[in-house]
Amino acid sequence: MKVLVPVKRVIDYNVKVRVKADGSGVETANVKMSMNPFDELAIEEAIRLKEAGRVEAIVAVSIGAPACRETLHTALAMGADRALLVTTEAELQPLDVAKVLKAVVAQEAPALVIMGKQAIDDDCNQTGQMLAALLGWGQGTFACSVALAEDSVTVTREIDGGNQTVRLKLPAVVTADLRLNEPRYIKLPNIMKAKQKPLRSLTVQELGIEVAARLKTLQVSEPPPRRSGVKVSSVAELVDKLRNEAKVL
Amino acid sequence: MSVLVIAEHDNTTLAGVSLSAITAAAQLGDEVQVLVAGHGCRAVAEAAARVQGVSLVRYSEAAHYARPTAEDLATLIADLAAEFTYVLAPASTFGKNFLPRVAAILDVAMISDLIRIEGPDRFVRPIYAGNAVATVQSTDPIKVVSVRATAFDAAPMGATAAPIEVLEAKPHSDLAEVLAEQLTQSERPELTAAEIIVAGGRGMGSAEGFRLLEAIADRLGAAIGASRAAVDAGYVPNDYQVGQTGKIVAPKLYIAVGISGAIQHLAGMQDSKVVVAINKDEAAPIFQVADYGLVADLFQALPELEAELNRVLAK
Ligand SMILES: Cc1cc2nc3c(=O)[nH]c(=O)nc-3n(C[C@H](O)[C@H](O)[C@H](O)COP(=O)(O)OP(=O)(O)OC[C@H]3O[C@@H](n4cnc5c(N)ncnc54)[C@H](O)[C@@H]3O)c2cc1C
Ligand SMILES: Nc1ncnc2c1ncn2[C@@H]1O[C@H](COP(=O)(O)O)[C@@H](O)[C@H]1O
Repeated sequence: MKVLVPVKRVIDYNVKVRVKADGSGVETANVKMSMNPFDELAIEEAIRLKEAGRVEAIVAVSIGAPACRETLHTALAMGADRALLVTTEAELQPLDVAKVLKAVVAQEAPALVIMGKQAIDDDCNQTGQMLAALLGWGQGTFACSVALAEDSVTVTREIDGGNQTVRLKLPAVVTADLRLNEPRYIKLPNIMKAKQKPLRSLTVQELGIEVAARLKTLQVSEPPPRRSGVKVSSVAELVDKLRNEAKVL
Repeated sequence: MSVLVIAEHDNTTLAGVSLSAITAAAQLGDEVQVLVAGHGCRAVAEAAARVQGVSLVRYSEAAHYARPTAEDLATLIADLAAEFTYVLAPASTFGKNFLPRVAAILDVAMISDLIRIEGPDRFVRPIYAGNAVATVQSTDPIKVVSVRATAFDAAPMGATAAPIEVLEAKPHSDLAEVLAEQLTQSERPELTAAEIIVAGGRGMGSAEGFRLLEAIADRLGAAIGASRAAVDAGYVPNDYQVGQTGKIVAPKLYIAVGISGAIQHLAGMQDSKVVVAINKDEAAPIFQVADYGLVADLFQALPELEAELNRVLAK
């Protein structure tokens, strides 16, 4: 069976983002970019399913600027078999991404799509659910464990009160949560090998998709800063301040 | 303008986060309806009917709505949505699961994590783990929005009860089946509803270490939270996680112990009214958001804190 893994190129999670002075967005020039951490978990899960003999092929796909090629190289170096780059210069929102992915699914016919639950730039947490809806497939979101059978997949999901286990008919969409696995480190020789793996590039137009952002970003600003606090020298002073100054005890 | 709010509940009680979503709804429209889909949950529908600002409750009852799948909920809601300008749900794991599915069926965008309303089509939401906030304008005929509960007060109970109208359930889809749920049992208040939270990080060292926090939580009637590192290490269950990808909380008092203050953690708690940090590293970033910081070894400070609380609160 084939697994499709969508991976997004985002500002690295260690970077402290800065809002542009004109309020049009955040500073991306000369900023370290990486694969969205949740997508690393998705790739890792696909590789483990392949290593367990349940999956034959892993196709990674990234949509966006030509620089997404780097993200796909990371996916290939981790262990994806081939990659697909879908380019567009337009701003992408989850609904558009889901439509592009639907078109990719139509070409690739995977039995399973594993993706991140959330991109850490837009923090939307939407694309997987939207893709599942557009395809008329079942969805297993916020997965912390995935068990693949012949015609179904059983997913344990992290929910607010604990865990929930669902069984989905295949084909299906699964979105990865933090505790799904621990992504492997990439070994140097694999980076070289990844360069030999096939990477096909096409445009959003070639897939027949019209990208049309429905949400217009009017302004991006810094959140109001927290006023700076004080250091206390003892537990007694802390409790006294909480009771008599902050009045929260 | 009419707003449909999807109620979160456990078939017995209406979740507090639903009340925050109703407050947001009342800011958007003059006609606020609530959908209660569940099984044997008439009491929830009645509770929703008594919330101030609610004009009608749509009540849909079926065995497969006891623990509804996103697939089943989305079909029900998408069908109903045509009557409304807005469809809202709490930005909890419940709402996040089915709401994007509804939006995609309706072919509209979704606005995640609403924190402020600036106009009928203008919404403010955090991005980049709350390091920036974006104001977005929606051009869609139906606006599908998840509401961050900490940004809106809970709607109060009203003087009268709205009518309850039965909505026919849709057939169960065989795309997905809920097999089981393992819910954390706790006597303590729920994280997102608690007035006081004591949270521990990797510095707690072990599950036993968390007992020190439990004693203090019990003394204060507080909930217990955790950093991702503490959850990953298995000290506490996953639903204790506070942060960008965990729970978003804004209690009156948040006490962070042995937590360094990574941006992903701050994203979940920086709207707390008063923040206390206890950490042995005086350079820990958590101190930058703390109103009161105590540089100390937690294994010494926590027993002291417990004793001090016992002393002063007993009076
Ligand atoms: C995609 C992504 C999403 C994430 N989402 C979240 C999230 O939702 N929530 C979250 O919390 N994290 C999240 N993280 C992880 C985050 O980046 C940090 O790794 C994590 O918050 C660190 O947890 P910590 O502060 O407990 O551990 P550490 O950073 O290891 O800090 C431990 C602290 O304890 C202190 N300490 C140790 N011993 C003692 C002692 N005896 N007395 C006093 N102090 C002591 C140390 O000085 C240190 O400051 C996410 C990361 C990624 C990549
Ligand atoms: N431009 C993109 N290219 C490939 N995958 C994407 C893209 N945008 C989003 N995704 C996938 O969708 C997931 C959720 O993103 P979001 O809904 O934006 O939070 C991500 O973790 C990715 O797996």
